[in-house]
Amino acid sequence: MNNREMISTGNELAAIAAVDAGCHFFGGYPLTPSSEIMHTLSDLLPKKGGVAIQMEDEIASICSVIGASMSGKRAMTATSGPGLSLKAENLGLAQMAEVPLVCIDVMRGGPSTGLPTRVAQGDVSQTKHPSHGDYKSITICAGNLAECYTQTARAFNLADRFMQPVFVLLDETLGHMHGRAVIPTAEQTQSEINLRKQFDGKPEEYFPYGVAQDEPAILNTMFKGYRYHFTGLHHDKHGFPTEDMDTCKLLIERLFNKVEAHEDELESYEEYKLEDADIMIVAYGSVSLAVKEAIRILRKENIKVGLFRPITIWPSPAKKIKEYTDKIQKVLCVELNMGQYFHEVQRVSSRLDIDGLFKVNGRALSPYEIVEKVKGL
Amino acid sequence: MAFDYKKYLRMEKMPTLWCWGCGDGVILKAVIRAIDKMGWDQNDVCVVSGIGCSGRFSSYLDFNTVHTTHGRTVAYATGIKLANPDKHVICVAGDGDALAIGGNHTIHGCRRNIDIHMIVINNFIYGLTNSQTSPTTPRGMWTVSQKAGNIDPTFDACKLADAAGASFVARESVIDPKKLERSLVKGFSHKGFSFMEVLSNCHINLGRKNKMASAVENLDWIDSITMAKMKFDKLEEDEKMNFLPTGVLKEDNEASEYCEMYQEIKDVHQGKREKITQNDFDKKI
Repeated sequence: MNNREMISTGNELAAIAAVDAGCHFFGGYPLTPSSEIMHTLSDLLPKKGGVAIQMEDEIASICSVIGASMSGKRAMTATSGPGLSLKAENLGLAQMAEVPLVCIDVMRGGPSTGLPTRVAQGDVSQTKHPSHGDYKSITICAGNLAECYTQTARAFNLADRFMQPVFVLLDETLGHMHGRAVIPTAEQTQSEINLRKQFDGKPEEYFPYGVAQDEPAILNTMFKGYRYHFTGLHHDKHGFPTEDMDTCKLLIERLFNKVEAHEDELESYEEYKLEDADIMIVAYGSVSLAVKEAIRILRKENIKVGLFRPITIWPSPAKKIKEYTDKIQKVLCVELNMGQYFHEVQRVSSRLDIDGLFKVNGRALSPYEIVEKVKGL
Repeated sequence: MAFDYKKYLRMEKMPTLWCWGCGDGVILKAVIRAIDKMGWDQNDVCVVSGIGCSGRFSSYLDFNTVHTTHGRTVAYATGIKLANPDKHVICVAGDGDALAIGGNHTIHGCRRNIDIHMIVINNFIYGLTNSQTSPTTPRGMWTVSQKAGNIDPTFDACKLADAAGASFVARESVIDPKKLERSLVKGFSHKGFSFMEVLSNCHINLGRKNKMASAVENLDWIDSITMAKMKFDKLEEDEKMNFLPTGVLKEDNEASEYCEMYQEIKDVHQGKREKITQNDFDKKI
């Protein structure tokens, strides 16, 4: 692995990662605290021959991204909760038509306009199901500055592998945090680019959606002689609208199964000082930085605490969480929301005695708040 | 020799789901003939449609086709065009698509003057969803959402496109398919945003409750409210309000096209030119 050291912000690092990962198109709209991603890409992308456009609204921005991706180009947007709400319907089309894209969500306080310039982790549930209907979201969450880069670059490969939107969660703290990050070199990231599968047989033998029940659609680059149809309607193997009962059922099942059958490719998490832990904290995003500091303080007092940090949030690393919650008696979820992941930990652990530390006033958690909570368990 | 439409149609999708006598089929054929006249390679064309009866337009055509969400054709097309500036991108939207739920994208597509060809099929009603009021439904007509009579004022889509900055604006109707074809060819030939409103009949979901239950009656009504631009321009101002002018209403070949302008941005960032300033533009505000 070839690394480099950079001093930058989370938002900038995410933007740099996108360029290194071969992103060609950015469509965005100003949305605090994500806007610096657009600002950076509006310089970097045209320099590389790509396009960064500020569209007329959040809806147009996601539509332009889906359009660019349908044509075969790597494409992305960046937003925060209110923007994601507006993008929801078209993200549903991208799920249904299996159009890969990366959507970075730099979380701020909500609901509604909430606390635009303050930190929260309120979009965790939203990225699981931004749009109506049934599908299986993929969401990854950066936990430090370096991961703003590495997880964004990874998101492009996952989007092309699974042919659907991939959400990258940052939060206001990470997005605006300025500091040192050790990240892969551009050449290293470029060498890991894994573009979406293409069909190279005869056009008359090409069925973009005629794939195995655990595989994503194979969408050939537009304008290359494979003329097919995209739609948000239920569709057959050609991509044409259908109401055939079996075809509709199989399509939705496949949208689930293409992810569920390959969760091992998606699973990612960090285990921190869990080997001997009596207490496990589950936390993600910038909160995990405060948790690590709290663990250092607590361990000095011989309180054995460890951190489980899911990086792939959706689908959750369920087996791993269960493995730990079966073993460790005291489990605490620490989140900047009212327990959006807490419910997932409850679900996968089948335990109702899990504790939570939730903060929703727009301020970051201090390690001492966590220390105090752990001592009171 | 009769024109062979089969080359451009997905014959396995025939017959269309449009009602008998619907004008959309006339527009479909005119678009095909116009594209054939342009001599475009089928692989180089992308047709983007929205939701409604016109939404199915794309699925019948053997090009690269995209059936999007309600009202968002121009936004999708903007992504496709900017990522592939050398390809031909056509939007087909209905009056609900282009002027109600997607009005913002229509305005800003026009404003950017991006080289997209937008065909707005205006049948004055939400046809597919059974007769709700659209932004072009004339006042006093019956709609299922205003059974007492529609009180919502209409607006002129072509005036909107003109004001918003589209560099080509035309209006035709399905009554004269050859004239429609000629205007489409002009629009397709134009570099910049070409906005083409095509008036069409919906005798089923507009006509039946408004005393024009047959296609011919509906077309007669369209005939009675349209007038060739040359003739329209000679009318007194107070006479103009009950007619929609047809023909090419605007053709500005000087306006800068967005993809070409974006190339200038690339050139700045690649060190090939100085930064863009107000001096680069005649219009300063």
